[in-house]
Amino acid sequence: MIEVRNLTKIFTTSSQEILALDEVSLHVEKGEVFGIIGLSGAGKSTLIRCINMLEKPTSGSVVIDGVDITTLESSELRSARQKIGMIFQQFNLLSSRTVYDNVMFPLEIAGFPKKEATQRVEELLELVGLEDRSDSYPAQLSGGQKQRVGIARALANKPKLLLSDEATSALDPQTTRSILGLLKDINHRLGLTIMLITHDMNVIKQTCDRVAVIDDSQIVEVGKVVNIFSKPQTDTSRSFIGTVVNNDVPEQMLQGRAALETGHDSLLIRVSFIGESAGKPLISSMIKKFDVDANILYGNIDYIKETPFGYLALELTGLPNHINEGLAYLKGQGLEVEVIRGV
Amino acid sequence: MFDFLGANAWMADKVLLATWESIYMVMISTVLSYLVGLPLGVILVATSEGHIVENKSVNTVLGSIVNAVRSVPFIIFLILIIPLTRLIVGTPIGTIASIVPLTLAAIPFVARLVETSLKEIEWGLIEAALSMGANAWQVITKVLLPEAMPSLSLGVAITTINLVGYSAMAGIVGGGGLGTLAYYYGYQRYENGIMWITVIVLVVLVQLVQMLGDTLAAKISNKRM
Ligand SMILES: Nc1ncnc2c1ncn2[C@@H]1O[C@H](COP(=O)(O)OP(=O)(O)OP(=O)(O)O)[C@@H](O)[C@H]1O
Ligand SMILES: [Mg+2]
Repeated sequence: MIEVRNLTKIFTTSSQEILALDEVSLHVEKGEVFGIIGLSGAGKSTLIRCINMLEKPTSGSVVIDGVDITTLESSELRSARQKIGMIFQQFNLLSSRTVYDNVMFPLEIAGFPKKEATQRVEELLELVGLEDRSDSYPAQLSGGQKQRVGIARALANKPKLLLSDEATSALDPQTTRSILGLLKDINHRLGLTIMLITHDMNVIKQTCDRVAVIDDSQIVEVGKVVNIFSKPQTDTSRSFIGTVVNNDVPEQMLQGRAALETGHDSLLIRVSFIGESAGKPLISSMIKKFDVDANILYGNIDYIKETPFGYLALELTGLPNHINEGLAYLKGQGLEVEVIRGV
Repeated sequence: MFDFLGANAWMADKVLLATWESIYMVMISTVLSYLVGLPLGVILVATSEGHIVENKSVNTVLGSIVNAVRSVPFIIFLILIIPLTRLIVGTPIGTIASIVPLTLAAIPFVARLVETSLKEIEWGLIEAALSMGANAWQVITKVLLPEAMPSLSLGVAITTINLVGYSAMAGIVGGGGLGTLAYYYGYQRYENGIMWITVIVLVVLVQLVQMLGDTLAAKISNKRM
């Protein structure tokens, strides 16, 4: 659906040149919710704004459904944009228009016949649950309601792609959840491809199929959200995950362990689960099979897009060779095992 | 000094007629100056750096013309364009003739006022429209002008008030209206009463216009709140 190739953007200001995107390439599948996460100034907005050419790339291409939109002339670009919806952190609704007329706005631009447009606006207001507020002005709405208008407006021309630039960053957590729920619902119901940027890993976790981590103008990691959560490859990803999932064994858990029997060893390990392995009683079968004791120190389990995912911190005690066999067994069953501390 | 309290009906007629002439001059000049100044202001904004139809040369040329006209004091401007006024109206004297310098002087003023109003609009709104595929004309007519309406209507009031002042100046060189009245009777014949009546009428006019502008702007803003 979207193919971004070697996208580079350099902003030239009077005093300096700022490299905002450095040879960024990525691919977004039709119908997926693709997230882009990064710290402030990483280049997220620049990237998403290059997708609909609000920002003109310095070099590289953006191919949407086979059309390289960086090469379009202005009238072609305008028609292409009608098929790409966009929602914004600051909502950007027209204060001069009612909710109804704000949703009508893109249809006016596209030159929709009046009668069809009226029907379409009503459909959209119903979709976002604002049919009773159609005569209100934006200033009379809450942030969440404003963003619902923004979403209705972005969907008016039946776009195939929806771009979201921090659409929930100005909202409280509960409103954020409901807006993200709406986006997911639209994604399922209309098969709409969504590309969203955020600096909040919770948003990624709740909504996205895949995620790209952008750091200092470059994409440092791309993959399925579950994979990035369970096996982050970069420090940037790890620190984002740390904001959502507590992956560290609390310090006090490492203290005050039980005395060991003679000849026995103790090993502190962390076992990460992902997907179906989370549902199997692997730990208890290891205990039975290899005659090791497992003392659960700390644990955490979560769901990402219906996939269970989590970890346990265990203290294994037993004869050294039993412990080693147990470890090998867990690894053999597809678990990620990491030794935190041996004795 | 306050003998105007006993002014006769003949005087009252004179004042009424002059007031009407002033209102007439100012209204026509305001309308005409917006006819040209509004598009000019829009062009000044739209061609500015980074805007929807950025065009440095157009922007610089128009900006310089606007500044040049604005830097000429009105009383000099009045005399300067007498030949042009004569060419258009046939005579440089009278109410109709005054409309020419009033309009020409107000155009650059209006252009700058409009420019200021339109520049206040958040760039995000323009971007949102562009992201939907709007062209420059649609951005101007559907975003810039409607969003700036409260501020634009205050601008109309300011322009009108300025033109009331200018029209009085034009009156002194034979432009008709309250200015001429004050000059002939008040200045040349030392009839202070007329002078004071003129001043009071002008004050009332200005107050009325400002009130109208404020009310209109508030009405538009309140509707949106
Ligand atoms: N119009 C511009 N002119 C100059 N520099 C710019 C411009 N827009 C963005 N930049 C610079 O490009 C870099 C990337 O900015 P961008 O807005 O893409 O970051 P971001 O990841 O969206 O950050 P945030 O989370 O704060 O929104 C920053 O260093 C920024 O200062
Ligand atoms: Mg940003």
